[in-house]
Amino acid sequence: MASTFDLRLQDLHSKLNNKEVSVAELVEASYKKIADTDSNIKAFLTLNEEQARKEAAELDSQLAGGAERGLLFGLPAGIKDNIVTENLLTTCASQFLSNYNPIYDATVSRKLKAAQSVTIGKLNMDEFAMGGSNENSSFYPTRNPWNTDYVPGGSSGGSAAAVAAGQVYFSLGSDTGGSIRQPASYCGVVGLKPTYGLVSRFGLVAFASSLDQIGPITKNVEDSAYVLQAIAGYDEMDSTSAKVDIPDYLSALNGDVKGLRIGVPKEYLGQGIDPQVKESVLAALKVYESLGATWEEVSLPHTEYAIATYYLLASSEASSNLARFDGVRYGVRADNPDNLIDLYRKSRSQGFGPEVKRRIMLGTYALSSGYYDAYYLKAQKVRTLIKQDFDEVFKKFDVIMGPTAPTTAFKIGEQVGDPLTMYLNDICTIPVSLAGVPAISVPCGLADNMPVGLQIIGKAFDEATVLRAAHAFEQNTEHHKLRPQL
Amino acid sequence: MSITIKDVEHVAALARLELSEEEKEQFTGQLNAILKYAEKLGELDTDNVEPTSHVQPITNVMREDVSRPSTGVEKAMRNAPDEEDGQFRVPAVLE
Amino acid sequence: MSQSTKYETVVGLEVHVELHTNSKIFCGCKASFGAAPNTHTCPICLGHPGVLPVLNRQAVEYAMKAAMALNCEIATESKFDRKNYFYPDSPKAYQISQYDKPIGENGWIDIEVDGKTKRIGITRLHLEEDAGKLTHVDGGYASLVDLNRVGTPLVEIVSEPDIRTPEEAKAYLEKLKAIMLYCDVSDVKMEEGSLRCDANISIRPWGQEKFGTRTELKNMNSFRGVQRGLEYEEWRQAEVLDSGGVVVQETRRWDEAQGKTISMRSKEEAHDYRYFPDPDLVQLYIDDEWKSRVRASIPELPDARQERYTSGLGLPSYDAGVITSSKKLADFFEESLNYTKDAKAVSNWIMGDLLGYLNANNQELDDVKITGQGLGEMIGLLEKGTISSKIAKTVFKAMLETGKLPQQIVEEQGLVQISDEGAILAIVEKVVAANPQSVEDYRAGKDKAIGFLVGQVMKESRGKANPALVNKLLQECLSR
Repeated sequence: MASTFDLRLQDLHSKLNNKEVSVAELVEASYKKIADTDSNIKAFLTLNEEQARKEAAELDSQLAGGAERGLLFGLPAGIKDNIVTENLLTTCASQFLSNYNPIYDATVSRKLKAAQSVTIGKLNMDEFAMGGSNENSSFYPTRNPWNTDYVPGGSSGGSAAAVAAGQVYFSLGSDTGGSIRQPASYCGVVGLKPTYGLVSRFGLVAFASSLDQIGPITKNVEDSAYVLQAIAGYDEMDSTSAKVDIPDYLSALNGDVKGLRIGVPKEYLGQGIDPQVKESVLAALKVYESLGATWEEVSLPHTEYAIATYYLLASSEASSNLARFDGVRYGVRADNPDNLIDLYRKSRSQGFGPEVKRRIMLGTYALSSGYYDAYYLKAQKVRTLIKQDFDEVFKKFDVIMGPTAPTTAFKIGEQVGDPLTMYLNDICTIPVSLAGVPAISVPCGLADNMPVGLQIIGKAFDEATVLRAAHAFEQNTEHHKLRPQL
Repeated sequence: MSITIKDVEHVAALARLELSEEEKEQFTGQLNAILKYAEKLGELDTDNVEPTSHVQPITNVMREDVSRPSTGVEKAMRNAPDEEDGQFRVPAVLE
Repeated sequence: MSQSTKYETVVGLEVHVELHTNSKIFCGCKASFGAAPNTHTCPICLGHPGVLPVLNRQAVEYAMKAAMALNCEIATESKFDRKNYFYPDSPKAYQISQYDKPIGENGWIDIEVDGKTKRIGITRLHLEEDAGKLTHVDGGYASLVDLNRVGTPLVEIVSEPDIRTPEEAKAYLEKLKAIMLYCDVSDVKMEEGSLRCDANISIRPWGQEKFGTRTELKNMNSFRGVQRGLEYEEWRQAEVLDSGGVVVQETRRWDEAQGKTISMRSKEEAHDYRYFPDPDLVQLYIDDEWKSRVRASIPELPDARQERYTSGLGLPSYDAGVITSSKKLADFFEESLNYTKDAKAVSNWIMGDLLGYLNANNQELDDVKITGQGLGEMIGLLEKGTISSKIAKTVFKAMLETGKLPQQIVEEQGLVQISDEGAILAIVEKVVAANPQSVEDYRAGKDKAIGFLVGQVMKESRGKANPALVNKLLQECLSR
């Protein structure tokens, strides 16, 4: 049954149509796989079994009645636990929100319901999306399905692992500085971070508001296009949501990359990159060459400033975004506080893990009186320079390609205790987030049996080209068909 | 610019975090390392650079002044750690 | 506590005015006063995880309107910032406010004190969201949080330190209130909290340029409270300086019952609001077209009306000032003038009988039923001699209570003045015959006696006899 989840969405829908399989069977297969594998992988935080089975039965009866079907009809889906789901626990993998039962749905949660996928459960992550290994989950770390001694990446580690392990058909993740792309790369699946503003952030528990984006994690590029189609679009509940026409992403997948101009930033292939990762990326570029595309080395000269810029901006915004977790209206309140301030301090200190505290501390400091200009404002200005780097390259090139991460997944516990080194893993993804442009990570090989990801970066709102390029690569390679041995 | 334990205590107070002595020590070291790394940005001349608050050029997003039904007191109280008569209860706020 | 001879007082006011939009500034919940706790809430104003604000256009336009009416320069680029602080009435632990790009700056209003006009500068006007309400449980062990008010749009209006006396402060507030009412952007009810005022006050020796150390006064819940609080505080600061002490920069609470200001325990730590641009809201560009559209919606303001009433209609400046202090009163005045040309008479009735009645009964114009048309028509009846001024008082009272038009009241109560000479003569002759002593006194040169006789005739006619005719006929009769 697990192989069902390896089918293309269109083929799976044909099977549903032909009554070869039912939605209920898909949902049961999902829970079966979770039961078999998740004690090891630990991708899920909360399961939605009762509701999912009820929905599956409803969808099956609709199928019998021949009613019109949603774009994602019947597909078992996992949702990262920082995306708000009404009446389904949403914890952000934080002790603080361990009992939070939402009173509303995120816009994407509503859109998934409208598209008729079935929510199987909520997926593990680094607490409040802060981290790149899932080791910052305050419940338990998710493990990489390719080798459970290794991290799945993060912060959407649960979302990537669940898809890689075949527990769900697709998942939603969120990406602030690489949190969809890097775990997709580490777990050998396809992860898309859309242009900032393409997918509504309403109901995504904010980490860094000016950077956060929701996106799909799937087994192949075509499915990524389907899920994006279902969740993209202007939302009047999100002031930063863009009023742009949403193209038909599927029709963009025509396999044609002839004449595609690819820029390859030398900064992404330089110091610190694993030679095997570099080799895989160069091999991928050869594939493109063979398909009639051209590539050239380019420069994004402010790349070396991106990580500092990112950590100042993201931490500053986070320090304010996470202030609402005060123990007054929801969340876990500390027992027996001496007074109001004590209630705040104890609830927050007991509720937040070390990485969250560290970033709140950094952000609070960066915004505090006397330091604003030197840190936050300076970082906003450097962000402008980083964005301009991309604008320059995109004058001459259609897409930018490079590795998603400089290395493959590392071992659990290997980088704990050294936040700065951990931050440096994000060198290839953070600049893209700062520029607000879309990027996808697609599997492009294995290094020592761990997956390598190719990152394809596009112009703002040009997801169509990014998907087309990714799809063409996929059609001409076998990397995406590799599966971990569970 | 180097951060002292006293700075860390001040920032923790602003952020309403209670840190153990060990955490204070640890954060002092780590924040110093991160901020030292961030000093890199000082190499760049940004005098004539506009800050980016929003990466997309979106302006004047407003809604019309139409009221919608509230979700109401029951939902408001669903997750309340402590409540009394449809209100959130907290330790006395001193005037 | 009169004006000190030694010290000059310097006051700046920070006034918060709630804008009366239908919905809140960042969500669709109703912005209204007096609902059961937490019923007017949603995930957005409760500050739940993941929610985002969307700006209410009407709130922006009301703020622009208010800023324009206060003669502010209107920003072309404006934005919203987060003001970070923890407090149970602030669910996000930050207030969305405006830090360095307020809607309006550099405005002014003119106030009148002791017959002199004085200009008070307005530093800025910015838009922000209101906080919730805390109440204290009996026994003081806990506080309860009601978040209905969270997100009500507010403008904060900050004055320059141009105010020199508590009286000027009160005049400033009254003028501000009048302007907000004229613009129809707020109900401006201090008792419902839709206008709130904090004051910064310092004193300095006369002639000294440098400001003294200021204190911030809070909890003044009426215009009179503001005046009294400032009077107390200028006296207290003078006492401190005179006894060789120094004024401490601090926040003090006005205690209305005790009639004094009390130091609020200094906060555990200094505030550091860590303002930064709210990444969830986008820039606001206010172009000239938008500005002129809003400007066109501002009605004639009190100063312009006052000028029209004095130079155009010949009202005394004081009367014009009182009438224009409230838009409703001024509108009432102008409605009356549709029915009579005698502006002075209308003004006299408003200044005397109407305001006298309202003040005596602690009511507002809305609480009584009289219309401008009623007053205008009543003055017309007086001019025509249909009713006497004595009857007019009765009619006026009936209009206050019933709202009926004067003609109807006069007819229903049979109050038409008797101007029939024959009818009056009959009464006169009856009164003369019944009061021989008074007739004798009058004829002996005691002119006062005629007043008694007039009174008797009026009494006999139940007040309806035309007083001029009574006088004329009585004199004729007595000189016979």
